[in-house]
Amino acid sequence: MSTLTGTGHLARLILRRDRIVLPLWVLLLTVLPVSYAGSFLALFPTAAERAAYADGTARNPSVVALLGPVYGDSIGALTAQRGGFLQVIVGLAALLTVIRHTRTEEEAGRRELLGATVLGRHAGLTAALLVTYAASLVLGLLTAAGLAAAGLPVAGSLAYGLSAALVGVVFATVGGLAAQLTQTAAGARGIAVGVLGVAFALRLVGDTSGHGWPSWLSPLGWAPRIRAYAGERWWVLALPVALTVLLAVVTYPVSVRRDLGAGVLPSRPGPARAGRGLSGPFGLAWRLHRGQLLGWSVGFGLLGLVVGGAAESAGRSVAGNAALEQVMARLGGTSGLAEAYLGASLGVAGLAAAGYGVQAALRMRSEEAAGRVEPVLAAGVHRSAWLASHLVFALLGPVVALALTGLAAGLTYGLSVGDVPGELPRMLGAGLAQVPAVWVLAGLAVLLYGLLPRFAATAWAVLASAVLLGQLGAVLELSQWLLDLSPFTHTPQVLRAGWSVTPLLVLTALAGVLCAAGVAAFRRRDTPVG
Amino acid sequence: METPIAVTGLVKTFGRTRALDGLDLTVRSGEVHGFLGPNGAGKSTAIRVLLGLLRADAGAVRLLDGDPWRDAVTLHRRLAYVPGDVTLWPQLSGGEVIDLLGRMRGGLDPKRRAELLESFELDPRKKGRTYSKGNRQKVGLVAALASDVELLILDEPTSGLDPLMEEVFQHWIDRARRDGRTVLLSSHILAEVEALCDRVTIIRNGRDVETGTLTELRHLHRTAIDAELAGPVDGLADLPGVHDLRVDGGRVRFAVDTVALDTALRRLTEIGVRSLVSQPPTLEELFLRHYETPPAPAAASDADQPAGVRR
Repeated sequence: MSTLTGTGHLARLILRRDRIVLPLWVLLLTVLPVSYAGSFLALFPTAAERAAYADGTARNPSVVALLGPVYGDSIGALTAQRGGFLQVIVGLAALLTVIRHTRTEEEAGRRELLGATVLGRHAGLTAALLVTYAASLVLGLLTAAGLAAAGLPVAGSLAYGLSAALVGVVFATVGGLAAQLTQTAAGARGIAVGVLGVAFALRLVGDTSGHGWPSWLSPLGWAPRIRAYAGERWWVLALPVALTVLLAVVTYPVSVRRDLGAGVLPSRPGPARAGRGLSGPFGLAWRLHRGQLLGWSVGFGLLGLVVGGAAESAGRSVAGNAALEQVMARLGGTSGLAEAYLGASLGVAGLAAAGYGVQAALRMRSEEAAGRVEPVLAAGVHRSAWLASHLVFALLGPVVALALTGLAAGLTYGLSVGDVPGELPRMLGAGLAQVPAVWVLAGLAVLLYGLLPRFAATAWAVLASAVLLGQLGAVLELSQWLLDLSPFTHTPQVLRAGWSVTPLLVLTALAGVLCAAGVAAFRRRDTPVG
Repeated sequence: METPIAVTGLVKTFGRTRALDGLDLTVRSGEVHGFLGPNGAGKSTAIRVLLGLLRADAGAVRLLDGDPWRDAVTLHRRLAYVPGDVTLWPQLSGGEVIDLLGRMRGGLDPKRRAELLESFELDPRKKGRTYSKGNRQKVGLVAALASDVELLILDEPTSGLDPLMEEVFQHWIDRARRDGRTVLLSSHILAEVEALCDRVTIIRNGRDVETGTLTELRHLHRTAIDAELAGPVDGLADLPGVHDLRVDGGRVRFAVDTVALDTALRRLTEIGVRSLVSQPPTLEELFLRHYETPPAPAAASDADQPAGVRR
């Protein structure tokens, strides 16, 4: 029996199980760049307008930080840059798909069931990788076809599509390797998402600091460097292909060496008796959430350091451009751009913190679905106390994370402008200003969990909509009422415009109502709901 | 308190599925009460209602003289529960889970905890994710049995235990009974039920179909007769209460209702008996009769749990 026997069957099983989710992300991530092209065509019909936009974009470090560099001022080049962040999402979707069909399966014991049938040792990993590679390529080719159909040059469209596809392929393989290392799917996701985060940070630093080399270390940095629509450099495509081969060469021997269910990283025995702190729902919640809290805190701290460190040079990069300097002067001096950059970065941190809040709140759902709530509730724990023990982390975890981002940014930015005592509290405040909007999202997750537990995960869709509204709002010129649906629209731009307390209070009150309604609904409903 | 568990006319529906359909269940103080029924009969649903996890749609439910939904927290301090599929937190060790659940209930007996760990041969230092199914059940059992509670509610607690551990389990339940505790034991293992239970309730399609001591239940059922007769067999088939009559020359085999036993034996002796073997109904036959009858159309087959819980 070959080590690949049964790969085809498993691949079909994966396609069957993912028949909704997989086409959904492929289609969504295909439609978005094409829609960007459409809106640029409508917004900037003349070359002069495009040039002005491209110039402003290239010189706006907050845009470059999020999306990557822009090469040229054609519609295609603008579209390729605007789609830069989508590639991060392609990578995320790819690695999550692979882990879901490898380590998650193994952890749930379903792989064991299949392993007993006629299956080669490598079949599971190979099937998951092949399906995800195929999905990435379909995504890339559909995107290329869509962009070409919108009237953009065919070569550039193909280059852009392939660059997106290869980001998917690389991070699918990263997910495959991470799935071999840890025993839990959560651990594997942590590692793989961490790698994606490092890749993003490298690209961000490389693209905004003026030294390009960190970007060349990141698969997310390679994608824009193919220069779609701006004199394609096809050889750059070889980099992700080579990295994929390298990762696969590492992954396969690792997957053979370990036992089914085990990871490469060992799991140590625990204590025979529970410590003093582990005596009630809050002690339990601390044990369940502390790893996540630590991980997010480190990530947010690093983000703050990077963003704060890059801000001052972002402000300086305007120097020499007379037109922009004038604009900046009107905005309050050259520091205006640095402030705008910091504000935008903290806005991104707010969205990420909302992701943390939703994730922590939805932990309740996974606990219930896994059957771990019944024993606790049957052991004399009040329903409200159990829910509150998780709510603490969903609400206060993002506060800790955002405070760290603010403090770290305040520290590095303060050092670069020589005013740490002044910038530290200012940046801390600007970071914490994001909190009420984050709480609204977390509160929504709590309400969904209490009221409609089977649909609790739609909180992610709401968060994704908020992200997209923030991203697309300006480009598509959406009407204000639509933008107003996102709580982040109401977060005051503290650095630029100063504090306005009313929206923060309203958002906090709304979050409070959502949480209270969620608790009330949970107290009334049956558990467990499968 | 005479009856720690008193359920009458309990109804619980999930959407269009009627999981419990007028269940009566009475558990007397100090007894080990067997709770039997085929998969999907509604055992786990009934237990979840008793634990205040599910809310009853109709009927009266009293648990330890309280309302299981309203007084859930105070009642839970006085009982311990072991689900049929104990799932542990992957990152906690078995010992930590035992202590955590015990402390939530208000403390456990450290001496008994150590004894239980030893007799169940459970390593408390392993992490939750590394335990086998049987060892996960042991964690749940140790946590429950080490607690000082009046009532144990066990939902197929021995699924996954090997025969040796099954014996250890029976020893501890016996000890709990001698300590004066009440046990509701849902089980599929007939030897376990026969060895432990004072009374049993058989549930089917969300309704109790029989309840009583095992002797009482046996009494309601048929005795198997295998006899060699001296003369031609006639007049047997027409007797009320005689079933499955098979005649093979002078040999007859049939099943007879307990009420008709006397009449049937008279008829046999009239013909003349050369040899006679009579067997009281085994527990298996008793249960199989209830397990095998086709389900009533009103109840769905998967009514034991809310849809999708234990996929």
